[in-house]
Amino acid sequence: MKPFTYLDGLVCPLDRANVDTDAIIPKQFLKSIKRSGFGPFLFDEWRYKDVGQPDMDCTHRPLKTDFVLNQKRYQGAQVLLARDNFGCGSSREHAPWAIEDYGFRVIIAPSFADIFFSNCFKNGVLPIVASAEIVDQLFRECAAQPGYRLRVDLETQTVRNPAGEWFQFDITPHRKHCLLNGLDEIGLTLRHADEIKAFEKKHQAAQPWLFV
Amino acid sequence: MAGKTLYDKLWESHIVREEADGTCLLYIDRHLVHEVTSPQAFEGLRLAGRQAWRSRSIVANPDHNTPTDHWDEGIKDPVSRLQVETLDANIKDFGALAYFPFKHANQGIIHVIGPENGATLPGMTVVCGDSHTSTHGAFGALAHGIGTSEVEHVLATQTLVAKKSKRMLIKVEGKVGAGVTAKDIALAIIGKIGTAGGTGYAVEFGGSAIRDLSMEGRMTLCNLAIEGGARAGLVAPDEKTFAYLEGRQYAPKGQAWQDAVAYWKTLKTDADAKFDAVVELDAAKIEPQVTWGTSPEQVLPVGAKVPNPAKEQDPIRRSGIERALQYMGLKADTPLSEISVDKVFIGSCTNSRIEDLRAAAKVAKGRRKAASVKQVLVVPGSGQVKRQAEAEGLDKVFIEAGFEWREPGCSMCLAMNADRLEPGERCASTSNRNFEGRQGAGGRTHLVSPEMAAAAAIAGHFIDIRSF
Ligand code: SF4
Repeated sequence: MKPFTYLDGLVCPLDRANVDTDAIIPKQFLKSIKRSGFGPFLFDEWRYKDVGQPDMDCTHRPLKTDFVLNQKRYQGAQVLLARDNFGCGSSREHAPWAIEDYGFRVIIAPSFADIFFSNCFKNGVLPIVASAEIVDQLFRECAAQPGYRLRVDLETQTVRNPAGEWFQFDITPHRKHCLLNGLDEIGLTLRHADEIKAFEKKHQAAQPWLFV
Repeated sequence: MAGKTLYDKLWESHIVREEADGTCLLYIDRHLVHEVTSPQAFEGLRLAGRQAWRSRSIVANPDHNTPTDHWDEGIKDPVSRLQVETLDANIKDFGALAYFPFKHANQGIIHVIGPENGATLPGMTVVCGDSHTSTHGAFGALAHGIGTSEVEHVLATQTLVAKKSKRMLIKVEGKVGAGVTAKDIALAIIGKIGTAGGTGYAVEFGGSAIRDLSMEGRMTLCNLAIEGGARAGLVAPDEKTFAYLEGRQYAPKGQAWQDAVAYWKTLKTDADAKFDAVVELDAAKIEPQVTWGTSPEQVLPVGAKVPNPAKEQDPIRRSGIERALQYMGLKADTPLSEISVDKVFIGSCTNSRIEDLRAAAKVAKGRRKAASVKQVLVVPGSGQVKRQAEAEGLDKVFIEAGFEWREPGCSMCLAMNADRLEPGERCASTSNRNFEGRQGAGGRTHLVSPEMAAAAAIAGHFIDIRSF
């Protein structure tokens, strides 16, 4: 996993609530047995006039030009600004894979769906929950200022706008540690293998029927 | 000291270790695996040279990509076939307690086969790389969906890094009227709390209307907990739960059964326990539900009309309604009962168990689908459900009504196989998601109960099952 420390990134506003994982990456891409290469298919139905298929070359596909991701001013964006309940729907990790592969490292929204939220951390994407007022303000500023960027600092847990205003976001120390260092969570957990074994023994003694 | 909720008990009995910030390492008893969300996880294990920690916790089968007809011809789509064959190979390499490969007599939708084989038990932690894992909460198991990285984590460590959710009680008291099913209760709840209403919560369903539900009904209800934003839904185990499980293949036997039941009886919320949120519904007021939009919260009783965005004050909600109506090809203020359907789908992990098929067959018996309806698919949830239905002659009822009787699988719930809607087609579906494109690009989905779906197939449009 790529570590995440600090980012000064262009912002792309996606002004819709309840953006679900089917919209983020449609199901035909779930047939892949790979975990990379999903970026060109991010928001496939909203982005292209035709229907994407896995392994398709996207360079000449007809674009829906009014969709934000296709607008010139947002090319190269690394921060996705979104509305309530972003990432609802299925547990597919292809959603954060597609978001990361496209180039986004940060998503800011008033709320996220649970599974999507935790999937992000496992893939080097930082989801930030900000109040509805702050998100509103960011949407307004982003619309008004071409080239609008935000500075996201994980160490201090802050997001700073071009005017120098900033807000702080929450993250658990564990997630922060893993993200800052790009750590593999399995390796971390296996350091506690003895504790897992001890628990398993006790658990089996108490509920032997779970261990058929 | 205040008492504990069922969720507290399940959580606490699985903590391997807890960090100062409350992050826990939670032991996982049952790991359900299917072909779509597991290949990258097994690949990760291989790359790191790791084994499965306890392969006998694994119950697996392919379901999303498998065709529902012409099984003799195998899986024609090469991409789908590769994914299914990859699962075969992974299970062969890493092991499992039970594996039901494509065409196995007991293959089916993973959330149907877990319970029916007794592989889902009260008091367990159950995970699967699939959000509808919440289904298994119907047994008083702490069950929720996980992502592929977590699938790999559970495979390698038998644990999950997790933080405790808040506790919500959704209480439905009273008796539901005739024609009102678990699906309608669930949709009414989602209509009330919204698709994000349960976010951050583990939901326990309680109240007399929930106790009255069969195990099948409770599975339907918990299945839809995720559509209300809650990762886990729970119903405390009771005599119905025990009666359902007794004698099933992986359920305990003999003395172990007695011991297990004694323990399972303690799995309920203490009288003095506190919830962080309580939502109450009156069962008698719940009517048969139909979704009209592209989110499960966009739902109304069948007697209602399509909402008018002009009447919505909140601008984000208003544009949400406008976008939904445009996608769904609906005009504001149209009575739901005047909306005609092109296809009907009866199936999915929400409504493909024997009770669902019986309910649909009861409506279809002696009738025929409307000529305007192009296709009615009936897809049983598993091989066992299929055999049971055939033993009861339900397949004949469906076929005589002009419905198609298929092989088990996810089918048109998410259209990863050949069963799908064409652009613009409208479907009455017993599945769980009416998102844009869910049942095929450009397809329009209305979520309903099996009874309401069968009635729509016959009438050609939505119709109140109570007057049918
Ligand atoms: S039936 Fe539908 S919701 Fe259920 S597991 Fe299959 S695809 Fe997912």
